[in-house]
Amino acid sequence: MSQKLVERLQREFGADILATATNHGDESVTVAPERLRDVLAHLRGKEGCEQLSDVVGVDFPGRDRRFQVVYLLRSWAKNHRLQVKVDVAEDEAVPTVSDLYRSADWAEREVWDLFGVPFSGHPDLRRILCHHEFEGHALRKDYPIEQGQECSRPEKLFTDADVARAAQRATAVVSDPGGVVDEVHPSDLLTVNIGPSHPATHGALRAELLLDGETILEARTEIGYIHRCFEKEAEDHTWAQVMPYTDRLNYCSAMLNNSIYAMAVEKLLGVEATPRAQAIRVIVSELSRIIDHLVCVCANLVDIGALTNYWYLYNVRESIYESLEKLCGSRLTTNYARIGGMSHDLYDGFAAEIGHKLDQLLEGHSDVMKLVARNRIFLDRTVGVGVIGRADALNWGYTGPCLRATGLAYDLRRHAPYSGYEQYEFDVPTGEQGDTHDRIMVRMAEIIQSRSIVLQALDKLPDGPLNIDDHRVVLPPKRTVYDTIEGVMNQFKLVYEGIRVPRGEAYGFGEGANGELGYWCISDGSGRPYRMKVRPPCFPVFSSYAQLVQGGMIPDAIATLGSLNIIAGELDR
Amino acid sequence: MEAMYAFFMDKAGMGQAGAHVTVAAIMATLMFIVMALCALVFTWMERKVAAFLQSRWGPMRTGRWQGWAQAVADMLKILGKEDIIPAEADKALFIFAPLLVLLGSLLAWAAIPWAPGFVAADLDLGLFYIFAVSSMVIIGILMAGWASNNKWALYGAARGAAQMVSYEIPLALAAIPVVMYTGSLNTQDIVIAQQGGIWNWFIFRNPFLFVSFFLYFVASIAETNRGPFDMPETESELVAGYHTEYTGMRFAFFFLSEYANLFLVSMIAVLLFLGGWWAPIPGLDFLPAALTFVIKGVLMVFLNMWVRWTLPRVRVDQLMHLCWKVMIPAALICTVGAGLWMMASGAAG
Repeated sequence: MSQKLVERLQREFGADILATATNHGDESVTVAPERLRDVLAHLRGKEGCEQLSDVVGVDFPGRDRRFQVVYLLRSWAKNHRLQVKVDVAEDEAVPTVSDLYRSADWAEREVWDLFGVPFSGHPDLRRILCHHEFEGHALRKDYPIEQGQECSRPEKLFTDADVARAAQRATAVVSDPGGVVDEVHPSDLLTVNIGPSHPATHGALRAELLLDGETILEARTEIGYIHRCFEKEAEDHTWAQVMPYTDRLNYCSAMLNNSIYAMAVEKLLGVEATPRAQAIRVIVSELSRIIDHLVCVCANLVDIGALTNYWYLYNVRESIYESLEKLCGSRLTTNYARIGGMSHDLYDGFAAEIGHKLDQLLEGHSDVMKLVARNRIFLDRTVGVGVIGRADALNWGYTGPCLRATGLAYDLRRHAPYSGYEQYEFDVPTGEQGDTHDRIMVRMAEIIQSRSIVLQALDKLPDGPLNIDDHRVVLPPKRTVYDTIEGVMNQFKLVYEGIRVPRGEAYGFGEGANGELGYWCISDGSGRPYRMKVRPPCFPVFSSYAQLVQGGMIPDAIATLGSLNIIAGELDR
Repeated sequence: MEAMYAFFMDKAGMGQAGAHVTVAAIMATLMFIVMALCALVFTWMERKVAAFLQSRWGPMRTGRWQGWAQAVADMLKILGKEDIIPAEADKALFIFAPLLVLLGSLLAWAAIPWAPGFVAADLDLGLFYIFAVSSMVIIGILMAGWASNNKWALYGAARGAAQMVSYEIPLALAAIPVVMYTGSLNTQDIVIAQQGGIWNWFIFRNPFLFVSFFLYFVASIAETNRGPFDMPETESELVAGYHTEYTGMRFAFFFLSEYANLFLVSMIAVLLFLGGWWAPIPGLDFLPAALTFVIKGVLMVFLNMWVRWTLPRVRVDQLMHLCWKVMIPAALICTVGAGLWMMASGAAG
């Protein structure tokens, strides 16, 4: 399907399509920077690529045109994907596409921040993940990984001029056309910081609100408080060593990060996990999805003051965590998946235990639904709050529950089934108008669907080997290591050199708890990733936050923030 | 009370003035002790009730049985906390605000009729006096928010002032039908008018009074700044609202006053609508009047806690909408309706 798309593009743009390639089933085209906007505009307008999932920068210091910028485009309606690549030399600007795709706004800022690729015409090209005082560009190959910088001065998001402008706009709004000018003076306005340390931010992120009374005139956001440059770390570790780092991305559903990361590397390796490993991944992923949704819904309800619901759902989450801890030794940082399989099999009695806990889940779920679903106050607080329409949501790069809340049944488990998701029966719940209420209810409904998937997967869990039979990928069993020289050597090579992932690139992705979680992996054939880019689902979602809350009130901003489920771990990486 | 006067005048040989001062001093001390005790008991009760509603245990260890000593331990801890006054704060107001809040609640306690004849200040304007002095809490909260020099505190205080000023209206309006029936603002008279079993309680006198009771109840939750109307605090929005900057004993004063106010509004509900110290059925007459009164008050407190831990918080504009567009008109209708009902049934004096 995407092959045809590439052919059509070639017909349309002729020699301007400098190169085409297929990497592990993903089509890509290379264009010159000056034609980039035309190509993307064409793809958006004519080919239905309504979403720009991510913009990835890559640094190849040896090349003439050192930097490569990759645009990952997706059409949900037509279910195709395309990568558009642009090669630029150092200091050569790439034209911005932030007016075509709003998700490009932050994505381009990230490439600028970490690689120093300028985007001409970008409205607000500032650093985003690194501190504004940071010097250099961290993901360039010549930036030494051990070089830290001390940055301490906080950034003021609203200057006095901004406040004065906002006051002027507010004056125009409140003055009645008959002539009475009700002037809003800049000193009537107040800026307050929601975060980085605020009870409702649930992680270190910051939104500065410019307020006229309780009304939000304008909001600006700042992220990067827990940026640790996971992607740079990944380049310094073997493929297998990256696995525990993925736990820390979305720490509410670490198993999902593990599984999708393993899948991405397997895609690059050209292998597929065994059916048993796939089924186990589905089980733990769906359990993670359940607990992630529980965390989000609970926190959201607590934010709007319905504290009691927290325990009804968290008690269940706690008991699921107990099982996960029993399964892999820890609760948050699970590190359970392995490239080519899983670290170990399920324990005896896992199915029965989980089955029992999922029954408790139903109880807690129905308790909460009884308390909130028809509660007048709850409806008043959430219906019509933080509304985003379908087209806007796609444009901003929404995926996952937040996108489905707008009414679009787009789910990667449906659109691009992986790990055997096609075998399981489940619905894709959707909302209607994309407000806070719909986001909560979509998550509540997905919990039930995930429960059903877990039960189905447990029911038909296939027997057979857990790990693929490939000594270049999977650690040999301990018995072999102790008894045979080949075993020792395999173990030694895998541990010291890492898995020799063949040269190439691949984008592995799956449906994370918050939406599309993707890993863009490039291997140069050594044992370490050459480039590893995470596409965190909440990054594009949070980029729209300032727009969502504008015009609302402080309590709306809080309720909206909770319903978007922003996890600072994957937001900042 | 008469007995106390008689004791001090006759037995102790004091003059009339001396007896009055002594009795007033005793009653004031007593009220303060009861109020402090109430705060202790109700913090413990709140934690247990919340835990019960939230399928958890609450405090279980301090003092062995159901963690009864937890509140005492908390008080001791809070006494040992560092007392911080922010450098940019308005020092005098910052120190005075918690005292004013506490004073407002304490003064109102004076007019509560615990038992026949047993009331610290037997005022003919009792009910009016209670509503008047408890408004001082608003000034205290505004003062605290302003003096803290903290934006969250300021927002909390502004919300608190708007909310409490607004809800005083339905609160007082809901009490008017009762006053019309009694023909007196004296709290003792109001209770005495409800003598004779549960059907003589004002809540069951007529449908308008029944509605008035619920209006009063909702308004009283708002007056005490408790969920779902905890606008001045809203810990998830305003961090901790007007007392964000307060620590240690000063914070404890706000805390104390919240629970004192909680019990106060509950007791007012009891005396206005639920028959005061009168037992609901004749068989329960053997209970001391004060005990009956307190039990009813505690049940009202429980109801208050139940609501708090069940409902989400309303938004600040919805709160105002509820007050001005729903409750005040409803309270006015109830007042007129109760009056007409009185005329029709011939109860009007």
